[in-house]
Amino acid sequence: MTGFTPIISTIIAAFLASFVEVVEAFTIVLAVGVTRSWRPALVGAALALALLASLVLAFGPLLALVPITVLQFVVGVLLILFGMRWLRKAILRAAGVIALHDEEAAFSGETAVLHRQANDRRADYLAGVAAFKAVLLEGVEVVFIVIAVGAAHGQTLYASLGALAAFFLVMLIGLALHRPLARVPENALKFVVGLMLTSFGIFWTGEGIDAHWPGDDLALLAIFAIVALASFTIVRWLRSAYPAAIGGLAR
Amino acid sequence: MNIVRLAVREFIGMFVDDGHLALLALLLIAAITAAVKFLALPPLFGGTLLLIGCLAILVQSVRRAARHQ
Repeated sequence: MTGFTPIISTIIAAFLASFVEVVEAFTIVLAVGVTRSWRPALVGAALALALLASLVLAFGPLLALVPITVLQFVVGVLLILFGMRWLRKAILRAAGVIALHDEEAAFSGETAVLHRQANDRRADYLAGVAAFKAVLLEGVEVVFIVIAVGAAHGQTLYASLGALAAFFLVMLIGLALHRPLARVPENALKFVVGLMLTSFGIFWTGEGIDAHWPGDDLALLAIFAIVALASFTIVRWLRSAYPAAIGGLAR
Repeated sequence: MNIVRLAVREFIGMFVDDGHLALLALLLIAAITAAVKFLALPPLFGGTLLLIGCLAILVQSVRRAARHQ
């Protein structure tokens, strides 16, 4: 898969998906830093990043040993599962069936837990573990996204650049604002990412079973358009078919 | 071990939220792959079925979720 279109779509998919994950990790690290202190927050985050980097360095080269068609197929299947999971939730949130994710609430929740632990002898350790877990768990998703979006067509570097750009942007905005990035249109981003990852998944799984899509890489845009159109139609249909389920959650 | 268990649970959770959706998607992929490999289903047709099947599974999953609400 060569050409401008796949490079751009790879960077955008990796950037948007990583942006959402980094925002969620940032919320927890910020809660730890503001409530307890920055030392456990940064130490926990740094340790998690170091562990992630080690895992990538240790297992990343193994991907090169996997035949490309097998890799495309496996990555495609995982992307379908991952992407449809995001898309399903984003559709339900857009239709008002479930509540939007609230970074302020996540921040408050974590802050409350840290306050309760404040008098514990191991308070710093517990706070560091909270930061470590958040960065590790969100980081695993970022690593998967970079590998999935990039490895199947030799564009891991571009996917990594997209993820790094997201990381630095969130850090910049977060450090400037010094509070949870609650105004990020998280569901809109997750909707777009869900569409992109699902489309990538269908495209790559198809490639894995030797379905040579007409137009080659351009077929990815067509798949994206079809999945997007279907998803927006589903949102409209849900709103009209299940108004009772929406209740007070309507956007 | 706690963190390992948590990481494994979180890793699985990345792909499986609605177990029904994940299972149906995997069955769809397995069926299409088998049909292409062993029943000489044209691969492009298989890819198209995959696209349509994924959308159908998505519709079914969100409909179930909305009904449960």
